[in-house]
Amino acid sequence: MLPVARRVVRTRRELADVWTIEIEPEGDSFAFLPGQFNMLYAFGVGEAAISISGDPAESGRLVHTIRAVGKVSEALARTRPGDVIGVRGPFGVGWPVEAADGADVVVVAGGLGLAPLRPALYRLFGERHRFGRVVLLCGARSPKDILFRSEIEHWRARLDIEAAVTVDHADREWRGNVGVVTTLIGRAAFDPSNTVAFVCGPEVMMRFAAIELESRGVRPEAIHLSMERNMKCAIGHCGHCQFGGDFVCKDGPVATFEQLRRRLALREI
Amino acid sequence: MIEGMERIIREHRFFAGLDDETLAFVAGCTRNVRFDAGQYLFHAGEPANEFYLIRHGRVALELPVPGKDAITFQTAGEGDVVGVSWLVPPFRWLHDARATDLVRAIGVDAKCLRRKCDDDHNVGYEMMQRFVPVLVDRLQATRLQVLDVYGTSR
Repeated sequence: MLPVARRVVRTRRELADVWTIEIEPEGDSFAFLPGQFNMLYAFGVGEAAISISGDPAESGRLVHTIRAVGKVSEALARTRPGDVIGVRGPFGVGWPVEAADGADVVVVAGGLGLAPLRPALYRLFGERHRFGRVVLLCGARSPKDILFRSEIEHWRARLDIEAAVTVDHADREWRGNVGVVTTLIGRAAFDPSNTVAFVCGPEVMMRFAAIELESRGVRPEAIHLSMERNMKCAIGHCGHCQFGGDFVCKDGPVATFEQLRRRLALREI
Repeated sequence: MIEGMERIIREHRFFAGLDDETLAFVAGCTRNVRFDAGQYLFHAGEPANEFYLIRHGRVALELPVPGKDAITFQTAGEGDVVGVSWLVPPFRWLHDARATDLVRAIGVDAKCLRRKCDDDHNVGYEMMQRFVPVLVDRLQATRLQVLDVYGTSR
């Protein structure tokens, strides 16, 4: 469980405060499941849990997308090619993409929540024939805060995917949807009785997205959310990320709305 | 003509499942409308005498701000209804509605429908059951927008 020193090989600024960094994997490859995370160590600063945002089919590339919100994430986000950081992982329970075999898939992403969902999207698109309708609904604060915008445009051009974007606030230059991402759920075409949903974003957004999906008829056990808590050890020993009777690092971060519903309503945890 | 309208309204998401009698009445109060990009469906403060079932295109719901560009708080698209204030006094629009691209819609004569709601409370209750969720959804969406859940970009 010691961090392995790895070199940053590429960085890319996504938004004003969001960077994607690519790290050389240990050996030739780094196998992970969509939705899993690594503990990244900025030496001399600290360690943080960061979701893997790259394509699981490209095991030679280890990609993370980071919002600079604190000292550790800021140090990680501002690394440059050639810098060395520590890597532990992968950890956690990921998106159950296999459970969606033969079903419609609805992916709801809010803000930076698209980053942990992107590996699942790559898998869904890469094995498109296995699924029914695939719907991607993205929400962002404003047009300049849309993560992976050019990639979303590329996905929107595909005829076998329904992709929609909405922003909470916009000026008149924006020609797209305005409103919270939950408003897109009612407009999307899918069969609720045979749908698996993956939702990631701020917790309050996920709660209302899950409620909206359920009100459309999606079973709560088929709605999967990715939780975020303060993760330290990442192996369920330290207790920092305890959420009810579970540890988000080990038992999550992905869990069903059925499992989480009661806890999401509790203020104390 | 009316039969065609009945079919269109029956297929519209907002009035899905409407009973035949009410559907026939609503259809009698409707007309086909079209708005070019930039054209207003209505302005804040005007009498709320016609609401719209959107069939194609996108409509920006805006709050006019003196001296500044209007603020878009929501957009409506195919399958949505634009205009709720026709149902409650003082029957005036509370915001602007602007077509952001070519919009094709069914305009519903709100005065005609209000009279029917007054005369037949079953129809009035049916309308309330369909329009109150629009208001609740909009209130909930506004709460989330106010929370600014995605944080601030620097």
